[in-house]
Amino acid sequence: MTALRAAGAVSTDRPIIFYRPTETADALRFLAERPEAVPVAGGTDLMVGVNYRHIRPEAMLDLTAIVELCTWTDEGTAIRIGSGVPYARIVAELATALPGLAAASRTVGSPQIRNRGTVGGNLATASPAGDAHPPLLATGANIEIAAPEGRRTVAIDDFFTGPKRSVLRPGEIITAVTVPKAAGPQQFLKVGTRNAMVISVCAFALALDLDRRTVGTGIGSAGPTPLRALPAEELELPWAAPAGLTDATVERFGDLVAAAARPIDDVRGTAAYRRHALAVCAARALRRTWRAAFEERSAEWN
Amino acid sequence: MPEPTPLPTPTSNAVGQSAIRADALPKVNGDFDYASDLAAEGMLWGHTLRSPHPKARIRSIDTAAAEAMAGVAAVLTAADVPGKRTYGLIEDDQPVLADTMANYQGEPVAIIAATDLDTARRAADAITVDYEVLEPLCDPAEAVRRGEYFRHQPLQVGDPDTATAAVVVAREYVVGMQDQAPLGPESGLALPRPDGGVDLRVATQWLHSDQEQIAPCLGLKESQVHLEMAGIGGAFGAREDLSVQVHMAMLALATDKPVKMMYDRAESFLGHVHRHPARMRYEHGADAEGRLVYVRAQIVLDGGAYASTTDAVVGNAASLAVGPYEVEHVAVEAWGTRTNNPPCGAMRGFGGVQTCFAYESQMDALAEELGLDPLEIRRRNAMHQGSKLITGQVVQEPGIDVPNENAPFSPLVDLLDRFAAIPAPAIPAGRDIIELPGGTGNTTHGEGVVRGVGYGVGLKNVCYSEGFDDFSTARIRLELVDGEPVAYVHTAAAEVGQGHQTIQAQIVRTELGIDRVELLPVDTKVGSAGSSSASRQSYMTGGAVKAASEAVRELWATHDLADGPIEATREFRHRPTKPMDPVTGQGDSHVQLALCVHRATVDVDIELGLVKVVDLTCVQDVGKILNPIALEGQIHGASAQGLGLAVMEEMIVDAGVVKNASFTDYLIPTILDMPPMRLEIVENADPAAPYGLRGAGEPPTLSSTPAIVAAIRDATGLALTHVPVRPEHLTRHLVRQP
Ligand SMILES: Cc1cc2nc3c(=O)[nH]c(=O)nc-3n(C[C@H](O)[C@H](O)[C@H](O)COP(=O)(O)OP(=O)(O)OC[C@H]3O[C@@H](n4cnc5c(N)ncnc54)[C@H](O)[C@@H]3O)c2cc1C
Repeated sequence: MTALRAAGAVSTDRPIIFYRPTETADALRFLAERPEAVPVAGGTDLMVGVNYRHIRPEAMLDLTAIVELCTWTDEGTAIRIGSGVPYARIVAELATALPGLAAASRTVGSPQIRNRGTVGGNLATASPAGDAHPPLLATGANIEIAAPEGRRTVAIDDFFTGPKRSVLRPGEIITAVTVPKAAGPQQFLKVGTRNAMVISVCAFALALDLDRRTVGTGIGSAGPTPLRALPAEELELPWAAPAGLTDATVERFGDLVAAAARPIDDVRGTAAYRRHALAVCAARALRRTWRAAFEERSAEWN
Repeated sequence: MPEPTPLPTPTSNAVGQSAIRADALPKVNGDFDYASDLAAEGMLWGHTLRSPHPKARIRSIDTAAAEAMAGVAAVLTAADVPGKRTYGLIEDDQPVLADTMANYQGEPVAIIAATDLDTARRAADAITVDYEVLEPLCDPAEAVRRGEYFRHQPLQVGDPDTATAAVVVAREYVVGMQDQAPLGPESGLALPRPDGGVDLRVATQWLHSDQEQIAPCLGLKESQVHLEMAGIGGAFGAREDLSVQVHMAMLALATDKPVKMMYDRAESFLGHVHRHPARMRYEHGADAEGRLVYVRAQIVLDGGAYASTTDAVVGNAASLAVGPYEVEHVAVEAWGTRTNNPPCGAMRGFGGVQTCFAYESQMDALAEELGLDPLEIRRRNAMHQGSKLITGQVVQEPGIDVPNENAPFSPLVDLLDRFAAIPAPAIPAGRDIIELPGGTGNTTHGEGVVRGVGYGVGLKNVCYSEGFDDFSTARIRLELVDGEPVAYVHTAAAEVGQGHQTIQAQIVRTELGIDRVELLPVDTKVGSAGSSSASRQSYMTGGAVKAASEAVRELWATHDLADGPIEATREFRHRPTKPMDPVTGQGDSHVQLALCVHRATVDVDIELGLVKVVDLTCVQDVGKILNPIALEGQIHGASAQGLGLAVMEEMIVDAGVVKNASFTDYLIPTILDMPPMRLEIVENADPAAPYGLRGAGEPPTLSSTPAIVAAIRDATGLALTHVPVRPEHLTRHLVRQP
């Protein structure tokens, strides 16, 4: 354990305990011993809070040396991504297997943020604007959580409980996210008022599953939590005769997505705009994936 | 008489060459010392407690708990201000610390010095202020009605009431509150001196104005307050008003220790003035050929809680209210209101930006009514040699030698005509998403994308106006070092990232024909250089350095440096100006005028309301290029700031409370938002100015905003009277309930 002293930002008379284990078990033990300790992965959410003194951690648990958290593995039909794998690696290494998550990862912050930021941190923060969430919802990912008493798996649908709230409990660590491999084209669209490095005004993810003939959806920044648009997913689509996808159906799909959102007015945009933009994005996502699946027969589904 | 020594010529980096600035490399590789990097042995950290309320009576302040905290060295309130309680750039109405009333959110109420910043911040949390929260005045229109304004400037030429026009366009325009958003936060270091005075190192724009404001507040003589410039990234007007200066000096004097202050990002947004938000009602009447007959304009600029530079901003807005066009009948009323909104003051463009958006939008609206090309309507109305501004000031640059038998030379027509040779870019095939609106967001692969092109013209005054007796001082010493002549240049001109120091060295090299020029620290040990604002430092301190160089050169002609050094100090003044008449607005109020024209090409996703500016072409008259690379940087930066105002930058203030004091939600353009630029730089020399130069740092900030909005209008067909243009403005007509 070492004491961290950052000039100016941190009190010199109040050293911070800083622990950097290599095993998940040691990390859990540390959290059990020091309930005041805060895990830190990329630090791209946490350190903003520290700088603004929204939190004053007395102890920090650095997760970046835990090998298990920093690797991904191919599990056959799914990819198990360690919670600490940064976005830059997801973009570089998983774009074919997980095109939706890779596309979302590509939109996170700037290169520096993508080098540090992780899906685990995104989930633990549980912001409705977290960009990893919509593709995880659209693909039906599972979150693996380690607690002192053992590990449990939570379906992404059950993970978020409110704005910046989730089922994650103090003393627990997110170890991995298991994401089914793409079984069809996927899209992620993020609306922001700047062309890069922007928190989304709203975002939409869509995953076509050509085997099951289903559509998965995920909505970001347009509700108290990231949401699925279940009525849109249930919309009858012409799977048997794909050329019969009409404009009216596509628009209906967009409207159902918009209706599933629960947006508010805030500094980033109005509720009315968010609904409108979601309808547009959802329609575009459906058209693009449908075309990729049935017209272009593209090997890469994005 | 001894033989005059033949002058050597500099081997490089003379005026006109792209001399590389000394701070370029250290800024890129991280070695540069910014004001926020300042440190001193045994220093304390200062911190400010600010009012959370836009308007509140301060009943009492209890500092006991804060003072009792370990590590806290001083907690000071208004009662501890050693001298004058208020300060200000033009009017001294701003309290050093709020006394009985807090008049805006973020107004300083108490200051703390402690062993480290975290302790100082916790001590601030431990101070109890008993506020009686009052109803803030936040509506500028209401402020006008109540007579709450810093300045009302009417202007009248001819009589619009008697004028008849074939076409009339009347619209109301809104400009949001833009922030200068310098990346370096307000920072400085105060060091107590044995004589009871104080040394300040601070990132500022005008050392002597700071000194003049600080000393009385500290109860000290000006000679006891010494300022030295600290490393700066950018300023853009945000560092004209005092921020940390008096506070850290008070803490240093109270504790007899060096005190450093450095705002965090949120504090920086609350701790400096912003660009005045504006509401403007314009009515333009033109004849059937598109020639302006009359203009009526009512311009309300919100100055917020304190005066700052609102007075001068209103003067600019009124005097430049119709832009570089000839109009016979004009009636303008401009107000700078006093409200409980954040104080507004200087920002690049200074009163010219707001009206430029309005008058250029009006020119386009007229062109559309008449079916005229946007360049053509501007040509038909362009000012020329001998034209009068609406203040009655004659625009006359007698030295410009451009022969034309039929008509007097029009610098504006000259600029407009040059666009023919630089066509708007074609749409390339197979674009990546980052070249499309929405960028990395992957919102469009071409769906809904429509291209638009628009123009904007800006007219900006250079130097201080309205009778201000402006000057700058330069001292140059020439001596032999190792047998080689070296010039030591001493001025108080603030380098604010614009590259002024490089220009100074280029001027000295050129005038003295020597290679070695050393710039001494920028401080108050030499006379004032005036402010690094109003696009004036090349003109003013450049002029002073040139004059001092010429004086040294003259002495050198009859003096052998082997006998000792030569020194000369010169003050440089521009031609005098006059105040505006308080009723008619008439008067020769400006020193110099500068023109810039932008053409913007945008792609708009008309379904999502997202904009990608794909090209900005800029034609600007700079009189004389002193340093091409530095000039291009200024034009790029100014254009980017105008782009920010056009499509994203706005401080959102609700009932006096700032909602987005962070770079998470106050968005400034990234490299993906700012297109590569094409520049055509024109040198129509101003014979009255050093080397014929025209101030160049501000004009592009004016014209890029209306050009971009015009291009978005062209793509969408929407009227767009509000900047920044937000996605919801572009899609409102499409929104339906699902
Ligand atoms: C400039 C900037 C731009 C940004 N842009 C975006 C953007 O475009 N889209 C977006 O979604 N986000 C963005 N963010 C937010 C942030 O980068 C992401 O949320 C990122 O995923 C956080 O991951 P991290 O590893 O850095 O988390 P950290 O900051 O390390 O941690 C965040 C929180 O999660 C907890 N935590 C971290 N890992 C675990 C774990 N394995 N188990 C349990 N708890 C854990 C921490 O204790 C902390 O409370 C941006 C941030 C910045 C500073």
